[in-house]
Order: sequence, then C-alpha cells, then structure tokens
Amino acid sequence: MPGESQQDQTRQDQTQQELLRFEDVTIRFDDLVAVDRVSFAMTPGQTRVILGAAGTGKTTLLKAAIGLQRVNSGKVFLFGQDITGLSEKALFDLRARVGVLFQEGGLFDSLTVEQNVAYPLVNRGKRKKIPANQIHQRVQDALSFVELTHTLEKFPNELSGGMRRRVGIARAVVTEPPLVLYDSPTAGLDPITANTIMALVAKERDTQQTANLIVTHRYQDGQIMANFSYNPKREALEPSAGTGISKGSANGARSQTIFMVMNEGRLCFEGSQTELEASKDAYVSKFVLRRR
Amino acid sequence: MLDFLKEPVAAIQDFFTLTGRALANVVRPPHYADDIAIQMDSIGVGSLMIVMLTSFASGLIITMQMGRALEQYGATGQVGQIVAITLVRELGPLLTAIVVAGRNASGIASELGSMKVTEQIDAMRALGTDPIQKLVTPRMIATAIMLPVLTIVADFVGMIGGFFIAYFTIGLSGSEYWTGAYKALEYNDIVQGLMKPFLFGFVISLVGCFYGLRTTGGTQGVGRATTEAVVVGMVWVFVLTSLITRVFVNLH
Repeated sequence: MPGESQQDQTRQDQTQQELLRFEDVTIRFDDLVAVDRVSFAMTPGQTRVILGAAGTGKTTLLKAAIGLQRVNSGKVFLFGQDITGLSEKALFDLRARVGVLFQEGGLFDSLTVEQNVAYPLVNRGKRKKIPANQIHQRVQDALSFVELTHTLEKFPNELSGGMRRRVGIARAVVTEPPLVLYDSPTAGLDPITANTIMALVAKERDTQQTANLIVTHRYQDGQIMANFSYNPKREALEPSAGTGISKGSANGARSQTIFMVMNEGRLCFEGSQTELEASKDAYVSKFVLRRR
Repeated sequence: MLDFLKEPVAAIQDFFTLTGRALANVVRPPHYADDIAIQMDSIGVGSLMIVMLTSFASGLIITMQMGRALEQYGATGQVGQIVAITLVRELGPLLTAIVVAGRNASGIASELGSMKVTEQIDAMRALGTDPIQKLVTPRMIATAIMLPVLTIVADFVGMIGGFFIAYFTIGLSGSEYWTGAYKALEYNDIVQGLMKPFLFGFVISLVGCFYGLRTTGGTQGVGRATTEAVVVGMVWVFVLTSLITRVFVNLH
C-alpha cells in the first residue's frame, strides 16, 4: 500500500539520522530478564544518562548498544543499521565509530598507557592504516585532553583508579567518534575524582559535539551533564546558562540531556531533569532524592 | 528429564566452536606474528628448564630400575634401547605435555580469565579486535610448535640422564649405550613421538583458552578456571596418548 510504504520510508529516514535506537529490546540470562522490552532513540549531540541501582540491567543495555551482548528479542540500530543479526566481524567497522569507557577502564594490563591509547588507531582491521607519526601525535593529543601526557610509558597497574578512567576516556575518544558510551565512569571513585571525570566527559561532549550514553548510579553525574558546559577560554566547566556556549537556548546542555531510569530491567522513566525531579514514581523519586 | 546434560553438551559445543574459529584464523588475516613470538618464548623458552629437569630425572630413574631388572638376565647392554623407546614413544611426549599443561594451560586460563573479569576481552571486541584471533590463535600456534620442540629436547636430555647411570653405575661404554639407543628407534617411533606433542599442543592451549574465556565470578572464578584448565587438559592428554599409542600399535 502506498501509504504504508511512505510511512516505512519516513521511519527508515528517521532511523538513518539516529545514532542509536533500541526497539522493544529484551535480554535474558537463563531465567533472569536483564533488560525488559526497552525502547529509546538517540540523536546526534544528545546525552542520555541511564540511572538505576546495581543489577538493573544498565551495563547489559550499554553492551547491547554495540553488539557486545546479543539480544533475545527486539532490535538495536547503530548508525541506522540493524545490528541484531550482524556477525562479530561485520560489527567491527561499526564499533570503530563508537568510543567506549568500561567500568574499571578496561585497559590492557600488558600494554603501556601509550599502547593502550594507540590500540584503536593501530588495530584497524581492513580499514586504512594510519602512519606511525600521526598515531603518536594523536595519542599525545588524547592524553593531553585528559591531562596525563606524563604517563605514556607507565602500565595501567601503576596508575590510580581515577587515572585509569582518564586513560580509558583518552582511548575512547582518540578516534574522535560521534558516539561515546560510558559505563559507570565514576563508580568507586572519591567525589573530587568523580567530578574530574565528569568534567572530562562534559568537555569531550562540548569540544567534539559527541553524543553520549552514560550509565551511572550517581545522580550528580547527570546533574553535571545537564547543567554545566565546558568553556574553552577558561578551560573549565561553567553553569550552562551563563557560558555563552549555548546561546540561543539558554540551557543547551539541559535540553539535550535526557534522563532514563531503569528498575529490574525495565525503563521506568525517560525525560528531562525537570521531569525527573518532578516525578511522583516511588522508585524514581526515591532514587533521585537519595542521590541528590 | 535430561536437563542435567544441557550444560556439558553446551560446553562441548562451545569448545568445538572455539576450536573451529581458532583453526580458521590460522589462514585468515590479520595475523599477529608478534603475539605468536611472545607466546613461543613464554611457552617454549619459559618451560625449557623444568622440562629438562623432569626428563633428565626420568632418564635416570628408568635406567636405574631397568638396569637392576636387566642385570638378572645379563642383558644390561639393552638399557639404551629401552630408555630410547620409552622416552621417544611415550614418556617424553607425555611428561613434557604434563609439565606444559601444568605450567601453561594454567597460565593461559588465568591470564585470559583475568582479562575476562576486568572487561579487557569486551574492550578488545569493542575496539574492533577478535579476541580469538588476537589471543587464542597465537597461543594455539605457539604451543603446537613449541611442544614438539620441547619434546625433542626432553627426549635427548632424558637419554643423557640414562647415559649417566648406564656409564657410571652399570658400566656400559658410551658407544654401547648410544648405538643401542639409536638402533632401537624406528621411523614409526619418531612420527609417533612428534605427532603426540603436536596434538597435545592444540589441546592444552585450547583448553586453557576455553576455560579462561568462559570465566565468570571475579577472582574466585579465575582460580576455578585455572584449576579446571589443568585438570581437563591433563585428562585430554592421557586420553589422546592412549588413543594414538593404540593406533600405532595396530599399525605396527
């Protein structure tokens, strides 16, 4: 039918523009439902903060976004392409366009900081090789971004927890991906280091205009993303409304930051920070108040 | 009713899937030559001393015990042949495989297991690298090459151990011992003695990688995976050595 095909076409165009789309995704581990019929879509420049207590399926959801975790039903579209049935080999090219920070950094113990950050530039599979001098420069730039240029020759076990996360961020962004996934970037860190990490995440968002999917149990992480922007002149974070970066929309970061709350695998809330704080849902409000 | 079979059958299926993918990667690019060299050094050079010690002691013991037995029949001159055949056909490959299984299957399982629980394997996949290609295939190739080489060294060192006892205790001359040992060996023995470690190499490394990559449950899981890798690796070595020996005995 012509109407239906037009509708399909419009939907296809919409999916093409989206960086990431979950359609009714369910993931099970034997009898346990880790992710239960979750649907959402991410557009360029958007930041999504997934909040939830431990064991609510946040990390599983994040891994499913790049095919590290297979889904039992539903579909995942990455850069407009349905990755649900793609082979591991076919996924490599798509994953190369996504930066990922794992919970503990996920750094390779046997490689130095320099080799870790250079890894995505060196191991490019069938894609065009990058000359060695360019690799070195880009690694330097990425480490300079996280203020760790002095650690080039160190091994991950010589670094503190916060430094490992920062190196993890450098590795995630060294390829300048349009989408970056952060898995509990501040878990287990002291408040000062946690704020430093979130400042780097916000800096990456504002300097590279990346879209971000952040999984966290700390409400403050989302608050920083929604209310602060990076000022390149002062080289520091500032409250969004007064920076001038988000001119035109007094609260650019806030409007582009969507909060999602997960409970027992289900998405029980999706909306802005204002809506989140106004939510009457027992789980959501309890969670937000407790974390505030 | 047969639910209890689900898990072992799934594990066997996973093991053969891993084996198939690791073997296919031998001819499929990219190839990680550096990783193969590093593993060859770790498995081969790293195991050399303990393999030499084990085989030297075995050669000594076989000669001592056989010397006593053969003395009753006045056939101590045959001791070189017995040591050569026992070591080259059976004990050389078996002892080397047991040492390497204990040292390297555990090492591989604990290394890959630690990588799994600290999300390094996921990071590798996320960064566009196939962990089987990068981690499993180099270890498999390295072990399959180095185990026969170690076995050759073990056979020779074992025979030297035997020679010490034959010369100093039994009183055989060097030519008596070495000529006997050399003449006792047939083409069939050499093939058998090298085929076994080649196959053991595949099994030991793949079992180590398999248990490492399916590690769950943090550091406790790493310990469990390591133990399972050594036990299962050794069981496979005993099963294979029995089967191969049976085949060669029939051929003979």
